[in-house]
Amino acid sequence: MTLAIDVHQLTRRFGSFTAVDAIDLDVQQGEVFGFLGANGAGKTTAIKMLIGLLSPSGGTARVAGFDVLTQTEEVRRRIGYMSQRFSLYDDLTVRENITLYGGIYGLTDREIRERSDAMIDKLGLASSAKRLVRTIPLGWKQKLAFSVAMLHRPSVVFLDEPTGGVDPITRRQFWEMIYAAAADGTTVFVTTHYMDEAEYCDRLSIMVDGRIAAQGTPVELKSEFGVASIDDVFVQLARPAAAEAGR
Amino acid sequence: MRPLLFLLRKEFLQILRDPAMVRILFMIPIVQLVVLSNAATFEVKRSRMHLIDRDRSEMSRGLVDRMTASRRFEVAERSDRVEQGNLGLMRRTVDMVMVIPPHFERDIVRTRGAHVQMFFNAEDGAAAGVTSSYAGVILTRYAGELGARLQPMTALAGARHEAPPGRGQPRVEVRSRNRYNAELDYRHYMVPGILVQLLTIVGTLLTAMNTVREKEAGTLEQLNVTPVSKGVFIAAKLLPMWIIALVVLSIGLLVAKLVFSVPMEGSLLLVYAGAGLYLMAALGIGLWVATITETQQQAMFVNFALLLVYLLMSGLFTPVRSMPEWAQWIARVNPMMHFITLMRAVMLKGAGVMDVARELGVLVVASVLVLSIAVRQYHKGAH
Repeated sequence: MTLAIDVHQLTRRFGSFTAVDAIDLDVQQGEVFGFLGANGAGKTTAIKMLIGLLSPSGGTARVAGFDVLTQTEEVRRRIGYMSQRFSLYDDLTVRENITLYGGIYGLTDREIRERSDAMIDKLGLASSAKRLVRTIPLGWKQKLAFSVAMLHRPSVVFLDEPTGGVDPITRRQFWEMIYAAAADGTTVFVTTHYMDEAEYCDRLSIMVDGRIAAQGTPVELKSEFGVASIDDVFVQLARPAAAEAGR
Repeated sequence: MRPLLFLLRKEFLQILRDPAMVRILFMIPIVQLVVLSNAATFEVKRSRMHLIDRDRSEMSRGLVDRMTASRRFEVAERSDRVEQGNLGLMRRTVDMVMVIPPHFERDIVRTRGAHVQMFFNAEDGAAAGVTSSYAGVILTRYAGELGARLQPMTALAGARHEAPPGRGQPRVEVRSRNRYNAELDYRHYMVPGILVQLLTIVGTLLTAMNTVREKEAGTLEQLNVTPVSKGVFIAAKLLPMWIIALVVLSIGLLVAKLVFSVPMEGSLLLVYAGAGLYLMAALGIGLWVATITETQQQAMFVNFALLLVYLLMSGLFTPVRSMPEWAQWIARVNPMMHFITLMRAVMLKGAGVMDVARELGVLVVASVLVLSIAVRQYHKGAH
């Protein structure tokens, strides 16, 4: 079976600064893969290369079986993306946003109608379907954005810090949605700052200064570093880098 | 094609939902036409004159009558002293002073020549020039009139000889008749140009702002991750603006007709064809601005810098012929200039397709060129 994400020696330089330094990743289909790292470690740059927003300076990356550099459009048809910033249209209603993305991904009118109804129902947004997205609370917006990213049933979905600024209850609901997606066979590639969330992932990769410092299941990582939580693993890995940066 | 339809619907929903946009669409054409076409005029309505008539003869009164009868001048003040007149100029209670010297009539009868002195307030040089030329015309005409009245005497004196120079010699009078804008209504000349400027602002500015706003909001990045092609995205951005600009043009043409009774001598279809072509270039420039800027402020700034050059080099306010050679070259590649020429020709002179073929040709080349540069410049993020 082909890997959902298959990355070799992927590198991105900005001038003399190497943001992503020859990383290797292999993510299985249907996995929830956590991508951790301090601010500025190169997570967002790596994601942008995987979804074709940024071209690599070196190395190769295949997503959903296609090369991101040469088969970008094939990749784009098969992925979903939710950025750090909320990026649905504020001045469109909930339903208009869903319809727009349904149309963009080439769903039929019937598919759009059925999937919007199901989505609005599941999110409990029935009474807000005709409200402008601007007026609904942040937690709902994030769940809506995730659902829209899943609307065309992508085989891989990229979530860049999806739960930033969201309350704990909504975060919990958000992770339930992530698990449901993975159970349906979607590969979830997620970055986060919350170490409790990292524990929910099937496998993790921790980036420090553009390199992958550790990779494995949460259990493997904890035993490798001899600590009780992923939080401690992260602090151990990130501390030398932070100390160097502070010097 | 399906994604395009969905994107177009989204654009129209957003545009129509934005109250500022609706105001822009309807207010700008009306305000610009009314304000600019009245303000941007070189016409001098009526000059107030300080009159110092030291002759008080029939001929001096005749001169003053001719001037006021032209309705270009009115006697606002009278006195006997030039100082009083200067004071009037200084205080701006009058625009000019006319001094008719003593023995004005006697000199004319005896020597066929007399002097009249005029002072103009030349703070606005152009206006002073226009006023003085009006006065010159009236004086020359009056002199001719007086000459004809005194003719019999000279005719008798030199019946068989060539008339000596300067004395009763035949005058060559130029009779001009204005075609195409017979009443010399400056606004008729300005309105077509202002309509073009309007389309330029709406087309270029709104396109740039609308596209950059998506950059700022992060929605552009989201779209770039979808399989929507660059061509579809650009078409979805430009087509609504193109239609909106044509709506603005229609409102503008309506205002021009109803408020200023600007004629539409030529074909309305030709006006729209020119506008459709010109807009592709204007929108292309807007798109290009959006590709080189990251925020709406930057886009606004670049736009205004561009538009200013564009406007000044378009022949809207100043004729291209009076520009220096290098500036004329810039004007020649400015699509705005060609579209203004086309609009004036079609609206005021009733020019047909063949008459404006050159302008249409330039517009086609310009729109293809500008659009292809902008499209090449636009990246779907991958760089």
